[in-house]
Amino acid sequence: MLDTLIERIRAAHESNTPLIIQGGGSKTFYGNADEGEVLSTRALAGIVDYQPKELVLTARAGTPLAEIEGLLAEQNQMLAFEPPHFGGPATLGGCIAAGLSGPRRPYAGAARDFVLGVRMVDGTGQPLRFGGQVIKNVAGYDVSRLMVGALGTLGLITEVSLKVLPKPAAESTLQFELDEATAILKMNQWAGQPLPLSATSWHAGLLTLRLSGAASAVQVAQAKLGGEALKDAAAFWQRLRDQATPFFDKRPIWRLAVKPTTPPLNLGDAQWIEWGGAVRWLASNRPAANLREAAKSAGGHATLFRGAAPADGVFAPLAPALLGVHRNLKQRFDPRGIFNRGRLYSDF
Amino acid sequence: MLSPAFLSKLRRLLPAHCVLNEREDLLPFESDGLAVYRNTPDVVALPENEAQVAAILKLCHAEKVAVVARGAGTGLSAGAIPVDGAVLLVLAKLNRIKAIDPLTRTAVIEPGVRNLAISEAVAGHNLYYAPDPSSQIACSIGGNVAENSGGVHCLKYGLTVHNIMKLRAWTIDGQLLEIGNESLDAPGYDLLALLTGSEGMLAVITEVTVKLLPRPERAQVVLAAFDDVAKAGAAVGNIIAAGVIPAGLEMMDRLAIQAAEAFVHAGYPLDCEALLLCEVDGVNEEVSADIYTVRKVLEASGAIEIRTAESEAQRLKFWAGRKAAFPAVGRLAPDYYCMDGTIPRGALPHVLKRISEMSAEYGLAVANVFHAGDGNLHPLILFDANQPGELAKAEAFGGKILELCVEVGGTITGEHGVGLEKINQMCAQFATPELSRFHDVKAAFDPDKLLNPGKAVPELHRCAEWGAMHVHGGQLTHPELPRF
Repeated sequence: MLDTLIERIRAAHESNTPLIIQGGGSKTFYGNADEGEVLSTRALAGIVDYQPKELVLTARAGTPLAEIEGLLAEQNQMLAFEPPHFGGPATLGGCIAAGLSGPRRPYAGAARDFVLGVRMVDGTGQPLRFGGQVIKNVAGYDVSRLMVGALGTLGLITEVSLKVLPKPAAESTLQFELDEATAILKMNQWAGQPLPLSATSWHAGLLTLRLSGAASAVQVAQAKLGGEALKDAAAFWQRLRDQATPFFDKRPIWRLAVKPTTPPLNLGDAQWIEWGGAVRWLASNRPAANLREAAKSAGGHATLFRGAAPADGVFAPLAPALLGVHRNLKQRFDPRGIFNRGRLYSDF
Repeated sequence: MLSPAFLSKLRRLLPAHCVLNEREDLLPFESDGLAVYRNTPDVVALPENEAQVAAILKLCHAEKVAVVARGAGTGLSAGAIPVDGAVLLVLAKLNRIKAIDPLTRTAVIEPGVRNLAISEAVAGHNLYYAPDPSSQIACSIGGNVAENSGGVHCLKYGLTVHNIMKLRAWTIDGQLLEIGNESLDAPGYDLLALLTGSEGMLAVITEVTVKLLPRPERAQVVLAAFDDVAKAGAAVGNIIAAGVIPAGLEMMDRLAIQAAEAFVHAGYPLDCEALLLCEVDGVNEEVSADIYTVRKVLEASGAIEIRTAESEAQRLKFWAGRKAAFPAVGRLAPDYYCMDGTIPRGALPHVLKRISEMSAEYGLAVANVFHAGDGNLHPLILFDANQPGELAKAEAFGGKILELCVEVGGTITGEHGVGLEKINQMCAQFATPELSRFHDVKAAFDPDKLLNPGKAVPELHRCAEWGAMHVHGGQLTHPELPRF
């Protein structure tokens, strides 16, 4: 199977034919429009190795996330970055290429934090292997993590090794009626204390917060914080992770990543706050320039997450020096620009 | 040699006291923490601000002069050893903590700030900076980023790459790269990860925004003795399988235990083959639950003795022996080599057995200390450099150990970096296509190969000998620093 993919990539390189890498197709909405023939990773599936005692799992790119999470759950382990599935048959390769993480991200780490190694094929059809299956490894540049969030533009990920973590023994979700400004303050104050926080959300006057850890630790924290316990909390967090709530049906949906303590943006749009204040989802028809400026002055960046792309593209434009480095890297890994042309930035 | 014309241009960029090129001024900079590798720099530049750094880089780029960046000089792989005809760019004077934001839990600091100074500066807010390399009292954050430094708490709290948010870095042609931001991600490629651990090959860092964590409410350590190394190795896996992620999980073998006990009298049991130290930290109740689990697992794994530290003083005493392991082993023989391989934890019994067999073959004793939680093994090969042939034998032995690490799916360096020391061993770790891509990454930032030339990634034609950390007469550079 891998050989067939390599052959196709070599041929595409020779003939300068653009390819669209596709796994489960759960994130086709994400990024700029790309062009080319679909190169499916679905047949490149299967878990290669899983050692619960090593906290390491290795699987091929086309393996469904659900299969991986199922296997981990049997050993009481999990992908701690809580990757979104967006209601589709999301695969490991797409998960890592998109680099998106779920509600646990501010407290446990992002997808890139758990990547230990990748196997990939570059734009000339050369198979490559970076990183490995060990947690500490400083030999060579960290190309594995460079692949996370590159949206396939530097190569086809064929296999990924991830650090996994034990599932917390107990979880509890609390809700508080709070205005936006107070909720942002509380989320940040609590994150600075030794509390077992594992997710936070604020929407429509309601702060929702998840605690994870030993049963006794969760109980004590719950007593300390107060609030109302939420029943069916797992479904709440899964819906938020997968954007399966009516809020996320609006278009366009912007993702403003900001300094977590940024006060209310007061843009007057419908909003959902996540990640301890560090992500503000906006259903907003404001001009892209306004939103980009708001995010930038709040220490971050704005992405058109769902909806029609603005003229300057889905992702915040890069400063010239950074764009130069991006172009150089793209040129080296995919000299003819065959992979996911235009998906990340229009000029490569 | 650098031309007088170049030196006078360099002097025009900096105050007089910031350029050193008298021999006696240059000697302190001839090596980093790996002192067997020495080379006197041609000139040392000690800029006092970012604008001066940028100006030096622009000049060097224009004149095609190489630049070696250096922080506190505590590195253990000769990554900061001077290169002939290059400027040694010492960033130690950029040592201000520019901002601390306790609510956001970040600090903005210059590269010359010492690792421990960050935690000290934010202690009043009950926060700390998690990565704690053993040299943390002296090493600086710029070097930590360059090496992706770890410490004993990596399994739970991650390496430098997991604990920084933003960098200001300058390319050799004097362009500013602002990488990352104050949110939790950035658009485009993850250059923050690419620069972390890049050993000064891609850009020069002038500012780092670090993430701060709330100090754990409580930390407690359990000590366990085993009559068999394999049982201790299995116990490590069993603790993790039981759902506990220890803050620190360290292992020592018989020789290391005995050396440490003789040196600092930590009260370690002596009639055992392996010792585990397992520290858990966090919320009070979490620690209680974890200590209970850890003790049960250790019993079930066949520990012959288990002790839980009942006080902070006892906790520190348990740790004292482990932290003194390197100097303790240094008392057993005139010289030792410290290796830095990482292996999958499950391979530990096999690797230790092979090391023990090779120890007999080479006729050189080995003491093993092991960051068992994250698989990072530090075998210390004992030898006497005054005996003809022993140094070469120790080097060959060390090389075999690192090859063994690669063979079982591990790596040649877990935390010390490649630098100049392991440049040849990179050939065992990576094949030509991967090494070529590393050169491509380098070229994307520094096509003229002016930053730290000859380090970290071997030229393709060069795949030859091994090297290792060489300590003579038990004397490390910076002997005052704990090493573990």
